[in-house]
Amino acid sequence: MSDSNTQGADYEAQHVHSVYEEIASHFSSTRYKPWPIVERFLKEQPDGAVGADVGCGNGKYLAVNKKVFIVGSDRSTNLIKIAKQHAPHSTLVADNLSLPHPPGTFDFAISIAVIHHLSTPARRIEAVKAVFDILRRPSSSGSKDGGKALIYVWALEQKDSRRGWDEGHKQDVMVPWVLKQKKEKKPRKKQGGVSSDVEAGEDEESKGDKTFLRYYHLYKKGELEQDIQEAGGVVSESGYEKDNWWAIASPCNI
Amino acid sequence: MKLLTLNFLTCAVKTCKTQPSSFPLHPRDAELEIIEAELNLPFLRNILPRLMWEDICSVARELGLPALPAIAPIPADLLAAPLDPSTTTGGAEQEPSQTARDLHRVLLETCIQEGKLVCGCCGHEYAVKEGVANFLLPGHLV
Ligand SMILES: [Zn+2]
Repeated sequence: MSDSNTQGADYEAQHVHSVYEEIASHFSSTRYKPWPIVERFLKEQPDGAVGADVGCGNGKYLAVNKKVFIVGSDRSTNLIKIAKQHAPHSTLVADNLSLPHPPGTFDFAISIAVIHHLSTPARRIEAVKAVFDILRRPSSSGSKDGGKALIYVWALEQKDSRRGWDEGHKQDVMVPWVLKQKKEKKPRKKQGGVSSDVEAGEDEESKGDKTFLRYYHLYKKGELEQDIQEAGGVVSESGYEKDNWWAIASPCNI
Repeated sequence: MKLLTLNFLTCAVKTCKTQPSSFPLHPRDAELEIIEAELNLPFLRNILPRLMWEDICSVARELGLPALPAIAPIPADLLAAPLDPSTTTGGAEQEPSQTARDLHRVLLETCIQEGKLVCGCCGHEYAVKEGVANFLLPGHLV
């Protein structure tokens, strides 16, 4: 491993992995609604297709289609303990840069809100490549397609979101996660000045709460497609959905 | 971790993945548990062509499970012979055969709860705890 790669790994261990391990159960309680494009992609897969969910978190996408078989992996043991419940799928703890799958195994793969946690350009491209590596290769005759991956990353351009980031802003940011202190239940009063779209627990800190910072690289327009190309993939479809850039891509036929 | 998962797993060490001896991983000191699940016939039929049959048989043997058929079952083997042949055209619920039940038991209900998965190439051992296999590598193997 090169020096900058080691530094990247150490940095992510501190500013990504350990945070998710700490906030796993609270994070999971806020992540249950599948995003429409991910749902559509999973439902489009033919019955019996075999896929991977790289960075599956609490496994919310494992509930979408029970006619396929998905091996979900995540770096956080605590999130995998939550993801485990989804039959007929399987879950395991693994690093997305060292996935324990034979090359060319899967018909499809999803990588949802994962690649933006890698802290250097080279590591992000390596992470995309790792997804392509486990996908079925296209046949050289062209008679059979390669496997397909759906990749989702957070967008820099989201000026209407409560974060308000936009073109020209810094792309490498630390984003807070507030772990709420458990309080006795009282009717909740709306505080003045808090906009209504504040996701409970994600930003506002009050006494006794603990704030964790997670590292993100915010993708600007076209950057995801570029990373995919550098990783040896071909984009078949891409777009923007609710503060995120997404792309569907296949490994190149070489 | 259900045994079906082993069909899609190898060693996480980069240099091992292309070596045939890294597949399948070998269970060691495994504590097995049967976690009952509903038998899903279409699912079994669809997953059938993906199975590395000889490797699954060898894993089952290593775990001391009842022997699986030497030749990979085909979809027709998963259906029980109808009691009354005249009813086959009705398209009614098809009953799973004993082969389907055995396969379901081994692949989807038999779980490794504790133990290790060992790479036949580099010898690295991956721990399985509370039914979860952990493939994180120590720094020097990344
Ligand atoms: Zn190995």
